[in-house]
Amino acid sequence: MNKVRLMLMLVGLLALSGAALADGHVVEIEYWQYNFGARVDAMNALIEQFHEANPDVRVVHNSDIPYANFRDELAASAPAGVGPDVVTLFYGWIPAFVDAGYLVPLPAEDFPEEWIESHFSPMVANSKFEGSYWAVPTAVRSLALFWNKDIFEAAGLDPEAPPTTLDEFVEIAIATTTYDGDAEIMNITQQGYAPQLSGQAHHWFREVLLRQHGGVPYNEDNTEVLWGSDEGCAAFAWLASFETEHKTGSNDLFNGATESFITGTAALHIDGSFRLGTIARNNPELNYGVAELPVGPNGERSTFGSYWTHGITRRAAGDEARMDAATRFLQFITTAEAGALWVDMVGELPAQLESAGDPDLVADSRLGPFAAGLEYAHATFFADESQQRQHLIDAFDLIRLGGMDACDALAEGAALEQALLDDFWAGRG
Amino acid sequence: MFHMTVARRKMLWAYIFLAIPIVFFAVIRIYPAFFAFAMSLFDYNPLAIDQPYVGLENYETLLAEMNKPRSVTRAAFINTAGYIILGMPLQLLIALLIALMLNEIRSFVTLFRLAFFLPFVTSTIAVSWVFRWLYQPQFGLFNVLLKAFELPQQPFLNNPKQALASILAVVIWQGLGFAVVIFLAGLKHIPRVYYEAARVDGATRWQTFRNITLPLLNPSIVYLVVLQSISFLRMFAPVLAMTDQGDGGPLNSTTTVVLRVYREAFQRLNMGYAAALTVVLFCIILLVTIFQLRVTTRRTN
Repeated sequence: MNKVRLMLMLVGLLALSGAALADGHVVEIEYWQYNFGARVDAMNALIEQFHEANPDVRVVHNSDIPYANFRDELAASAPAGVGPDVVTLFYGWIPAFVDAGYLVPLPAEDFPEEWIESHFSPMVANSKFEGSYWAVPTAVRSLALFWNKDIFEAAGLDPEAPPTTLDEFVEIAIATTTYDGDAEIMNITQQGYAPQLSGQAHHWFREVLLRQHGGVPYNEDNTEVLWGSDEGCAAFAWLASFETEHKTGSNDLFNGATESFITGTAALHIDGSFRLGTIARNNPELNYGVAELPVGPNGERSTFGSYWTHGITRRAAGDEARMDAATRFLQFITTAEAGALWVDMVGELPAQLESAGDPDLVADSRLGPFAAGLEYAHATFFADESQQRQHLIDAFDLIRLGGMDACDALAEGAALEQALLDDFWAGRG
Repeated sequence: MFHMTVARRKMLWAYIFLAIPIVFFAVIRIYPAFFAFAMSLFDYNPLAIDQPYVGLENYETLLAEMNKPRSVTRAAFINTAGYIILGMPLQLLIALLIALMLNEIRSFVTLFRLAFFLPFVTSTIAVSWVFRWLYQPQFGLFNVLLKAFELPQQPFLNNPKQALASILAVVIWQGLGFAVVIFLAGLKHIPRVYYEAARVDGATRWQTFRNITLPLLNPSIVYLVVLQSISFLRMFAPVLAMTDQGDGGPLNSTTTVVLRVYREAFQRLNMGYAAALTVVLFCIILLVTIFQLRVTTRRTN
């Protein structure tokens, strides 16, 4: 008798819960990004707003994945049949994720091409691949010059006058380097400038120095490597000279160039806006300024732009309701307002020009120079970001450790990269 | 069938209990291993739905890479060979010398044994990072000492000529404790009467070592040669932790086959090629082990 009652109760409960589900029509979608405190908080704030405006959608935010494992986790989730409906990816990964069929093109009626191209920072056009847009960002980053005001002052320089040209950059780097003994790398006690190719220096070379020396990194359709040219060689030799000739610093010293600047042992540093947060957390006392990157010999301005961007996965596309929810969510997190919230909470620049041109932002002494750069920023098309970075790291090491000529080292790297691009484009239209 | 003796029933239960770890082992270790063999025949991208069959293409790529002068795959195999050829004999030699000395001392025995064994139970990543700082060009302890004695400072990990040796030194030191313990156990098993007999016969220390200790230690040596070789062939964590961005540099001078497998599989999502690398590494380990067992297990009289 008891058993029968128990059964009846269970059946009743099941019926009730079924009815609740059918009535609520709540679609649940998943959003994934890597774990970075400020980004997680900002996205939680956006999700909360989104839930209020869209009570029929529930977004599950998975941000428990460490940065270094993010790709691995996505790769592991796909065969298991789980994973995000909306995913945040580095823009340079898009070709690989498109090739795998992991992303679906953004629905054209919700994200019209003309709208993306007229409202977003020009570098966002890089998300276009094989004729479609696959992702759209909330925020973007650019490179700027960081300088240590205390070191400037100690060297007898005006602490409010950062170098504005490449020549000044060299002069100041030399003037701010100190040694214990002869002017040799190993004797450096304070660095003027230390090129870190594994950091941002490879971007500075490709998209800034090379252009300022009159070259371009790749041809129009990104099928040909052009940075191995004479202009490239001149720009690369200029970069290498800090270590080989001027002896103003090396990434081998002070646990790396970035750490050296953060701890106050380097005068000049090239880095992205995300570094403002790192400095604030690790050495809030650092007395530094931020300026636009030095201009080239003929006054050319350029900077490297990059961004983490959001796409919709084939998992969402498999179900109409999820696809609809994912599309609405993606629209919501990429508005100009979302970008404004993002810059306040994360310190990355809004991707939509409307909020990036905000007078308060442009006037900000530290974010302003990055925002100014968005106008003239170039984002590199990457077929395989880590390999393409490695080619320049190796070319640089061949010069500074192998004593190779800058042009020969660069030519070797360019040949490897051409082979990589040939392989990438082989069999495409 | 249902009327088993107590002994039979006990045995049946023993099999049932033993079956659980075997099933676990088969599912978690054996199946993935075979799956890697299959994977190496596909253009396997975990993000994609279709994994096209490409036959031996991954192996052909590997072979082509091996013939390119500055290829990272080739560097990985050459470095791995370097690690085992230099590392294994050196580690066993030092461990044997230490074990012989530890076998002689009578006081503070535990303290000394602990000192040699401690690095082995310390996390590899922690050890690697500590050494990374010790090797640091300016304020690292080694260079501070060199400077104090007015010797030229060394780049260690930052120079392609010194980096492999610098990493190898750490790995040898860290694994020493394990080899020492095995050697000590082996030494304890040699009956004292042999040594007494040798002394009565007037044998020199070298003769005693050459004709008694070494041959009777052979089982320990075989065990260690095989085990340590495999461990050197699988070098990964120290290189990941001690090189800039964990990339096995500078100029690929420290990268290993396993590091390449990891990079190809999880950074480039090129799992088919990574699987082909593991299959080749598996075959190398198998051949090296068989060869070592053949050569070292000679009968001792």
